[in-house]
Parts: sequence; C-alpha cells; structure tokens
Amino acid sequence: MSPRDPFENAETVLEVENLVKHFPITQGIVFQRQIGAVKAVDDVSFQLRRGETLGIVGESGCGKSTLAKLLMRLEQPDAGSIFFRGEDFLAVRGEQLRRLRRKIQIIFQDPYTSLNPRMSVGDIIAEPFKVHPEAKPAQGIRNRVKELLEVVGLNPDHINRYPHQFSGGQRQRIGIARGLALNPDVIILDEPVSALDVSVQAQVMNLLDDLQKEFGLSYIFIAHDLSVVRHISDRVGVMYLGRLAELGLDEEIYSGPAHPYTQALLSAVPVPDPTLRGQREQIVLKGDPPNPADPPSGCRFRTRCWKATELCEAEEPELTFHPGIGQLAACHYADTNEDVVAS
Amino acid sequence: MTADIPNDVVDDAPLLEVRDLQVEFRTKAGVAQAINGLNFTLHSGETLAILGESGSGKSVTAQTIMGILDMPPGHIAGGEIRYRGEDLLQMPEEQRRKLRGMDISMIFQDALSSLNPVLPVGWQIAEMFRVHLGFNRKDARARAVEMMQKVGIPAAEKRVWDFPHQFSGGMRQRIMIAMAISLDPDVLIADEPTTALDVTVQAQVMSLLQELQMESRMGLILITHDLGVVADVADKIAVMYSGRVMESADVYTIYARTAHPYTKGLLDSIPRIDAEGEKLKAIPGLPPSLTALPPGCPFSPRCEFATELCREERPELREIAPGHRSACHHAEKIHAMSEEAQNEPA
Repeated sequence: MSPRDPFENAETVLEVENLVKHFPITQGIVFQRQIGAVKAVDDVSFQLRRGETLGIVGESGCGKSTLAKLLMRLEQPDAGSIFFRGEDFLAVRGEQLRRLRRKIQIIFQDPYTSLNPRMSVGDIIAEPFKVHPEAKPAQGIRNRVKELLEVVGLNPDHINRYPHQFSGGQRQRIGIARGLALNPDVIILDEPVSALDVSVQAQVMNLLDDLQKEFGLSYIFIAHDLSVVRHISDRVGVMYLGRLAELGLDEEIYSGPAHPYTQALLSAVPVPDPTLRGQREQIVLKGDPPNPADPPSGCRFRTRCWKATELCEAEEPELTFHPGIGQLAACHYADTNEDVVAS
Repeated sequence: MTADIPNDVVDDAPLLEVRDLQVEFRTKAGVAQAINGLNFTLHSGETLAILGESGSGKSVTAQTIMGILDMPPGHIAGGEIRYRGEDLLQMPEEQRRKLRGMDISMIFQDALSSLNPVLPVGWQIAEMFRVHLGFNRKDARARAVEMMQKVGIPAAEKRVWDFPHQFSGGMRQRIMIAMAISLDPDVLIADEPTTALDVTVQAQVMSLLQELQMESRMGLILITHDLGVVADVADKIAVMYSGRVMESADVYTIYARTAHPYTKGLLDSIPRIDAEGEKLKAIPGLPPSLTALPPGCPFSPRCEFATELCREERPELREIAPGHRSACHHAEKIHAMSEEAQNEPA
C-alpha cells in the first residue's frame, strides 16, 4: 500500500552525500584555541530530482539554514560532497563555478532585509545579469526584467519603484523574480512565506507552484511550518540537531511518521478544526532541544524521547529503511504511528 | 447601536466589555483609523480569540485595554471599555495603574525584548509583589521562585538569579507568563504568545496557559493570526479586518458555518497538515491602507461576492443566528453556502 513516487524515474539534479559543517567555538582573544564545535550539519545525505520539491522541516537551531548556505556554497563544508548534474560542485573553481552558480539560486525569508532599499526594483532584478554578463538576455535586460515582473504577478510598469513602495508579499515576489532571472534549475527557498500573512502566504505558494510547473524547477523548501511544507513538497526531510531524523514521501511521513521526533512534531501542530479537539494523540515533549555544541551521546533525540533505552545512549542510529516502513528513519525503534495525525 | 458577542459559555456578568471602541493614529500622512467601532465581551473562565492579519488592529486593541497605547500619535476617539462595569477610559491614571497587573495583565509576543536584559528574572517577577503588594525583598523573592515553579521552570531556586539571555525562548515566555499571572489577574491578554516559538514549545506554552486558566478561571483574550492555535483553545472568536470585527461566534460555528467572505477566504487559504495539497484558494489583493479606507465594506475590493451595495454602504455587525454575528450584506448567502458544504458528504 506504499504510495508511489512520482519522480522515481526523473533525472537527479542534486546529490548530497554525508555533508558535514561544524562551526568552531573558540576561547581567548590573542591566542584562540578551539574548545568545541557547533555541529550545525552532521552527515546529511539526500537527492533532489528534476521538477521535485524536497521540504526540509525542523525547529530553530536544527541546521536547516546552514544546509541552505552549504548548497549555495556560501559556506564551505568540512566533509561530504555535493554533485550537481554529475559535476562535483565542491571541486569546481573559477569560470566553471560561476557557470554552475547560475543554476542554483536562493530566495530568503525576510523580504524586508534581502532587498537593497537604495536600488530600484528593476536594478535589483537585473543585478544577476551584471554578475553573470554571459547570461545577458537577447531581448535586452530591461525587457527581460519586465517579463520577469509579469511572470511573478507584478505590474511591469513598477520597474522604477523602490522596495519600500511594496508590501511584504510583493517584495517576496521581487525576490522570486531575482531568483528566476538566470533560469536556474534548482531554487533553494529558505522560509519563503514565514514572514507573510495567511492570505498573502497562499498567493506566494500558488505562485511558486505555477513557476515550478512552467519552468521544470526543482525546489528545496526549508520551513518550520509543517502544514506549509506538506502542501508544497513531494518529499520531506525532518531535521533535528544537524541530522536528518526521517526522510521520505510526504504522504508516508505525514500519515505514518516513524521517528518519535516527527511524531511529536506532527502531534504538536494545531489543526484548524475545533471538532478535532481531543481527537488526536498529543505528544507534548519535555524540555528544549539540547545545545548543538554539545549534543547527547548516541541518538541526539534521546534526552526528550519516551522510547529511549541504553541502546540509544550507546549507539547513534543510522538513517535507514526499517521493515514495513516506506521511508527512511534514524531510530532504533522506528515504528509508524497514525494516531498523531488527524484524518 | 452596540452589538456585542452574546455568550453561550458562561452566564455570569461580563468581566470585560468593549463598546464601540475607536482608536486612531494621527500621523503626517493623515489619520489612520486603526480601530473603528469594536465590540466584544469577555466572561470569567472564557477564552476569546481575536483573529486577524497584520494591520487589522488586534494589537492596538490589546494596548488600548491595557492602557499602554502611545498617545500621541494614538488617540482614543470614542467608545468605552468596561471592567466589572467601570469604564477604564474615564478612570484616573492612578487608579488604572493599580488595576494593571492586579486585575488585567498582559503577555507580549517577544519575551526577549519585553524582559529587562540587565536584571535577573527573579528580580523582575518579584517586582510585581514589591510594587503592588508592598512585600519586602525576601518574601517577594520567595514568591518569585514559587511562580517560576508554577510555570514549570526547572531548578527555579537556582535560576532565579539568571538573566533573560540565559533562558531559551520557551522558558522566557514562561517567565513572562509567571510575571503576568503573579498577582492572580481576572483578565489576561496574550498578544501572539507563541508566534516566536517552535511548534513543540508552542504546544507546551499553550497547554500551560490553559491549565493556569482552568485553575484560576481568568478570562483570556488570545490575540493571534494562527487559525490552528485558535481552533485548539478558543471558546469564541472575533475575526478582525481593518479595525473592525467582521464576524463573531463560538469557535465551532466560525470554522463550520462561517457567514463572512473574509473568514471563508482565510479558512480556504491555509494549507492543512491533515490533507494533501491542492491549489490553495488565496484571497487576491492586499488589505486597504488605514489612512484611506474605502467608503463601503473594507473587504469589498478583495471580495468575490461584493456588489454595488458593498462598495457604497458599510455593513453593520448584525446577528444572523443566535450567538453568530457577521458584518456582511450577503451574510445569509455565505452562511447558507457553508451550511451546504458542511452537509455534503466528504
């Protein structure tokens, strides 16, 4: 009864293997010595296929934004590999790197700080062409910018306006237009709708959906809102303290979460339907996520987990398949639980 | 004509009654009408959710009730706020200050910027007892530790001297709650209390608030934009848009049989965790500027049901079923539509 994967035969665009990024914690002013490391991303692997949306969910501090930066090569990973269409993205330099960079674009969370307030909208969207002159559109930059504005649902006549003249949702559209300018294959969306009101959020999500279909884009959609991620994603990865706790098709994860953390996360999401009050099993986790600089031994979730045993303390579980479960889960006692999900 | 939300939950006299409240901000760009004729009542033990998007006037409502609105530029243009029958707006400042904290208390969204960063949290909680009840330092601190234990802060005795930055977001919000309920207020206003928190922590904080409310039977005004949280905890809901209540009813009625196109639009536009994603029905356009509200219904420019009448005449909030009020000329039509959708087999 396992659901079918619609992208089973699609081309793999991005392949991430055992990616690691640790940020050193240093002490001392003149003689700095390392006293530890924040394990922001620790051994993360996944594939992204053409036309697919991979959702990454997790709470603050779980490393999801660091993952986005690594995929953009804004941060250099400590270990692991990123392959973009078979090319080693971490090894390329110079001209080749510039060429690959065009293909992976990012859209940020805060549409208020990610647009330069002193640049007109036309200049903001045309800036990618300045950085990549070889990608200059044949019809002329200004015409292309107008076209992009139209694609994202803004009035092309507003090309000379400045960011402050637009609302939050419109600004996010400007960010999307800038991301689209170089015809990328992959767009990384780091909390793209978190700062928007519900009614505007729906507009932007619909736009992202349309653009994906029109241009065959692959998305990595990073968010903390599980409902939003379910809506837009084909597959979902759940992150906890720098590691993937669970990875699989959205239907598998949302209707039968196998990792205790995913179960707790799903049960904590309020469902906008008062008749479901008391109908769902609510797992209220104790405590806060532990300090990522000093994660617990063995399984990172064990300090908050109700299933934890000595095995969890001694041995870190691998992200693998378990019998009878369609998705990958990193838990010694992975077992699907349907009661946390309202249906 | 004042219309308030009739109350089906508790039958005693209302704790708090807001009547025809009007608040404006006088700015250089013109007068922004933040609240235009707001009405609601709150009874003890009841949770009223004020639901709205940014700019709908929900936080201004909270600040006006608390008496912490910046004036100027804020200006209360009319109406009354009755607490146990007495109008807060007519009260001398001295008397209001006594009520604040003792009878009406508030929790803010951002605990980090609401707590004083240079004072230990225990000192800040103890301040409530020292200032309002005249406790000496020692007794006040003992009570502060007690309050911290009550809101579930582990090792409270040790942490009473810690500073706000040494706590996590969820713990800081618990400290805010401890301060707010320390003097056992009758009304607690929570302005987006969980918006800045992660889902698992949000669940902890909301269940703490519910427990505390159950225990002390205080009236809770929950101000939020999150339709999910509201569905879980509220008894009744007032949906705000452009500074007025668009619809009000008990929570079950709002979600199942809405009679306002704005509420319907909001409910249609949220992605559901328990349902596979189809295309979302977004509400087109943007909320109107508060300095230039349209003459008719403020929602009419974005409303798919809007007619000539809506653009010309502002609809009053009127009762369309017992306990269910809607400010829409076509309320009956929308109501019938949602009624029909309910009866349809899923």
